[in-house]
Amino acid sequence: MRHEHLISAKQLSREDIETVLDRAAEIAADPEAVAEACDGSLLALCFFEPSTRTKMSFETAITRLGGDATDMGGVESSSVKKGESLADTVRVIEGYADAIVLRHPSEGAAKLASQFVDVPVINAGDGAGQHPTQTLLDLYTIRENAGFDDLSVGIMGDLKYGRTVHSLAHALTNVDANQHFISPESLRLPRSVRYDLHEAGANVHEYTEIDDVLGALDVLYVTRIQRERFPDENEYRQVAGEYRIDAELLESADDELTVMHPLPRVDEIAADVDETNHATYFEQAHNGVPVRMALLEAML
Amino acid sequence: MTDTELRVSKIRNGTVIDHITAGQAINVLAILGIDGSSGEEVSVGMNVPSDRLGRKDIVKVEGRELSQNEVDVLSLIAPAATINIVRDFDVIEKHRVSRPDVVSGVLSCPNANCITTGDEPVESQFEVLDDGVRCTYCETIIRDSIAAHISVA
Repeated sequence: MRHEHLISAKQLSREDIETVLDRAAEIAADPEAVAEACDGSLLALCFFEPSTRTKMSFETAITRLGGDATDMGGVESSSVKKGESLADTVRVIEGYADAIVLRHPSEGAAKLASQFVDVPVINAGDGAGQHPTQTLLDLYTIRENAGFDDLSVGIMGDLKYGRTVHSLAHALTNVDANQHFISPESLRLPRSVRYDLHEAGANVHEYTEIDDVLGALDVLYVTRIQRERFPDENEYRQVAGEYRIDAELLESADDELTVMHPLPRVDEIAADVDETNHATYFEQAHNGVPVRMALLEAML
Repeated sequence: MTDTELRVSKIRNGTVIDHITAGQAINVLAILGIDGSSGEEVSVGMNVPSDRLGRKDIVKVEGRELSQNEVDVLSLIAPAATINIVRDFDVIEKHRVSRPDVVSGVLSCPNANCITTGDEPVESQFEVLDDGVRCTYCETIIRDSIAAHISVA
């Protein structure tokens, strides 16, 4: 990893990905070996949108590397509420910390922030844009469970607003993967992601019904309909609950199918799936710590 | 003297932007930030006959020589435009517009959720693609009606 900032999964080469994942595997096997790797480093957590997994796993990761985190707190209690620009906010915070982890509701926020500071900016989600560190832990989970060769990955749900989808789709162009996208017409991949996939020569297939492709998949990546990003609540209601998997549906899947989800889920994966061998989403969430430890070790 | 020249008078010193896509002259002036407020004489011909284009627009700006960088952005809305630099009524330079790699501050991003549409101290910036432009912040691609996104006054 030679990147000053991590803004988009498009920055990641196959070599970058393998380097982080290999290191994450080493760290997962022996976390004590890196207990002082970032001793004295301070990570700023700037979350302008709610987060549980991403924020806590970054905080856990830096703590387990011997460093510390400082949290901007909620937007309601910060100067953002007084009208401060993002550019000003990050310029202040770079004076406090060695790197900034930023989540923001606007697309392009992390890129903008990176232009105003000298410390590394790590994009922890920018609106419906990108979420590259989620992608790294997704890839780690895929590699552990299904490998990177001759892979068939289904990505289902909100492909339009789902930033984890946009990042993962591009990152998968680095490996030997066929990508199958399953969504209602209104939530298909945005034009910009299609453009990148086309430019990268990706093998892309699209469906409106999961039944049409389920049996061919090694990995099924399910996503939540991003209610908060719909400009119109009625538009959300038209597709809410439309894409849902349960244990009965998965009986027609390959026995080795890995079911993933970036979480939180609402109703798109029934609770009975948790008891099947397919369920990998909690393991996936746990992988966020060693992967982010490997990333922070490389960037700090 | 041709019919076109009768409608749009010759200039002594300045720039003639010819072969503008018909109907785009006002957008050309907007992109160049020419609104008459700084006193330059500007002549505009719209929908005038053209051998090459059938109909075209033409803009003449007295007393100002536009640079290549200034006019290249016009390629987004007027790809056939030609630029003539005039001194003492003679055309001393003639060149076509060429597509730049990036345009800054000219277009506004149509994505209302793009960080550049808020109150941040940055100019919009678009990468120029073969068949459109792409916001370098939120990555939104504009293919059609680029002129509708011109943000300069």
